[in-house]
Amino acid sequence: MAKRIDVSDLNVYYGQFKAVEGVTMTVEPRSVTAFIGPSGCGKSTFLRTLNRMHEVIPGGRVEGKVLLDDQDLYASDVDPVAVRRTIGMVFQRPNPFPTMSIYDNVAAGLRLNGVKGRKKLDEVVEKSLRGANLWNEVKDRLNKPGAGLSGGQQQRLCIARAIAVEPQVLLMDEPCSALDPISTLAIEDLINDLKSQYTIVIVTHNMQQAARVSDRTAFFNLAATGKPGKLVEIDDTHRIFNNPSVKATEDYISGRFG
Amino acid sequence: MSTITGVTAADETPTPTSGSPLGGDAAGTGRLGDRLFGGLATGAGGLVVALVTLIGVFLLWQAIPALAHNEASFLTSREWSVGGDHPRFGIVELLWTTVASSLIAMALAVPVGVGVALFITQYAPRWLSRPAASLVDLLAAVPSIVYGLWGVLTFRAAVRPVEDFLQSKLGWFPLFAKTGISGGTIFFIGIVLAIMVLPIVTALSREVFAQTPVAHKEGALALGATRWEMIRTSVLPFGRPGVISASMLALGRALGETIAVTFIVSTLSPGNPWSWSLFNGGETFASRIANNAAEFDSPQKTGAFIAAGLVLFVLTFVVNAIARIVIERRKAFTE
Ligand SMILES: Nc1ncnc2c1ncn2[C@@H]1O[C@H](COP(=O)(O)OP(=O)(O)OP(=O)(O)O)[C@@H](O)[C@H]1O
Ligand SMILES: [Mg+2]
Repeated sequence: MAKRIDVSDLNVYYGQFKAVEGVTMTVEPRSVTAFIGPSGCGKSTFLRTLNRMHEVIPGGRVEGKVLLDDQDLYASDVDPVAVRRTIGMVFQRPNPFPTMSIYDNVAAGLRLNGVKGRKKLDEVVEKSLRGANLWNEVKDRLNKPGAGLSGGQQQRLCIARAIAVEPQVLLMDEPCSALDPISTLAIEDLINDLKSQYTIVIVTHNMQQAARVSDRTAFFNLAATGKPGKLVEIDDTHRIFNNPSVKATEDYISGRFG
Repeated sequence: MSTITGVTAADETPTPTSGSPLGGDAAGTGRLGDRLFGGLATGAGGLVVALVTLIGVFLLWQAIPALAHNEASFLTSREWSVGGDHPRFGIVELLWTTVASSLIAMALAVPVGVGVALFITQYAPRWLSRPAASLVDLLAAVPSIVYGLWGVLTFRAAVRPVEDFLQSKLGWFPLFAKTGISGGTIFFIGIVLAIMVLPIVTALSREVFAQTPVAHKEGALALGATRWEMIRTSVLPFGRPGVISASMLALGRALGETIAVTFIVSTLSPGNPWSWSLFNGGETFASRIANNAAEFDSPQKTGAFIAAGLVLFVLTFVVNAIARIVIERRKAFTE
């Protein structure tokens, strides 16, 4: 079910402001691709264009092409709602629906898809929570509010919520930045498990994390504040960290930056 | 304040009186400024409680002697002759008119108000939502006599065909039974009250809807929710306590509205036959008291009217208490 993403010559704007310029890259299926780069270089902005979440922001728009396998995501007959059902997203801060129970949080996406049968829901909720390594911790309190979990558990709940609808791609925007090292490791393990089934894109500020979890790494940079961010290079993670072809990448990774 | 509105933004912040950890924080004691402000805040809180208690006691104090002399059943009688040696008065008609007209107002104003608030915050383009919001806020400030005048002079004619239609089609149902009255029916008053409280419901709902955290909305949208599904899964649950308190505030206003109702309502003459029809006339607590303000010449008469006022007081109190309970329930789940 995992699919490849092909981006060609993508520009992203917020109103008149060009935030990201000229990105061309391929995201391989059943692999983890990490986005790294300094703050404000447009990693989140670019990530959101991959499931059209940028359209939620007033003034957000793109030029260019994004193909999911061979389907153009921006074709005029493509419904952004359908795109987001295929390409799930996990945010920086865990955002479970506060008024819903753990169970309902995981089931929310299915219910949006019109799944009603209790049995089917039970099944998927358990499978997704197991998939997110959360089942054992919450199986006795599925009807308790999701907001009552710890931050790390909430983030795994959000991942369970995202994978419950069986997306083809999972986008994660700094999913561990609000978590402690142990929860972070739990999520990284999870990402490792998930990549056999999903195409995963993860934004991170943590170099070790990028090196640990990803197969390919993309380095973004921006010339100066107010200038658009650009993709500097994308390559195998191993090469990016050991032998990058661009000097700026090496400077950034080794901490000699700016 | 919060006893009136049900819930406010301040509900989220623990107050010293609620016995929260912050209230007992040792860091907050000792300094002159802290003690001064603490004393003032406690004093203000105490004053409000004392005022409400005093009003209740005053009403009760004045009402009891009159109730003791009442020769009819206060709760079930329709009679209202408060002069002379044998006063007979009961509130059933007042209660019915008040509650029925207010419920009609709520049934119309809450869905429409919530809808308008959702439109302004979630659907309208930005150039439209700001002026629309200001307009609604402006409407909330229109004095009620204006609504009364407009209701009688202009709006009456527009509602009459609706009333005729309902009476002819649904007249078999007691609530819609035909009556001879074509002036200020309970139904019509309900509609005018609805228009009057609509801006309140809209303005307060709009405020809470607009505060829905972006993270909740994006959580829903990223799951592939349509705009309406996003509203259902994140905006409405988040705004629910606010909508409830807005409705209660509006209901309180509707229950107690005096000028517009007094101006519009068709009072029933004493011998008039009773019916449950919404197309009957009648009087609300507030309009009965206002219409007879000139009669407050003996403690006996005054006491009877105050007894009616007391019921209205209790009614609004109960409404607020229910709202509180509903909101607390939701909150327990959210935290
Ligand atoms: N909602 C928005 N409206 C307007 N401009 C925005 C918006 N969000 C981001 N930007 C701008 O777009 C540029 C890229 O921001 P973005 O959030 O994508 O950076 P980032 O690489 O994710 O940074 P960080 O690592 O700090 O998360 C920045 O200049 C930012 O100011
Ligand atoms: Mg970011």
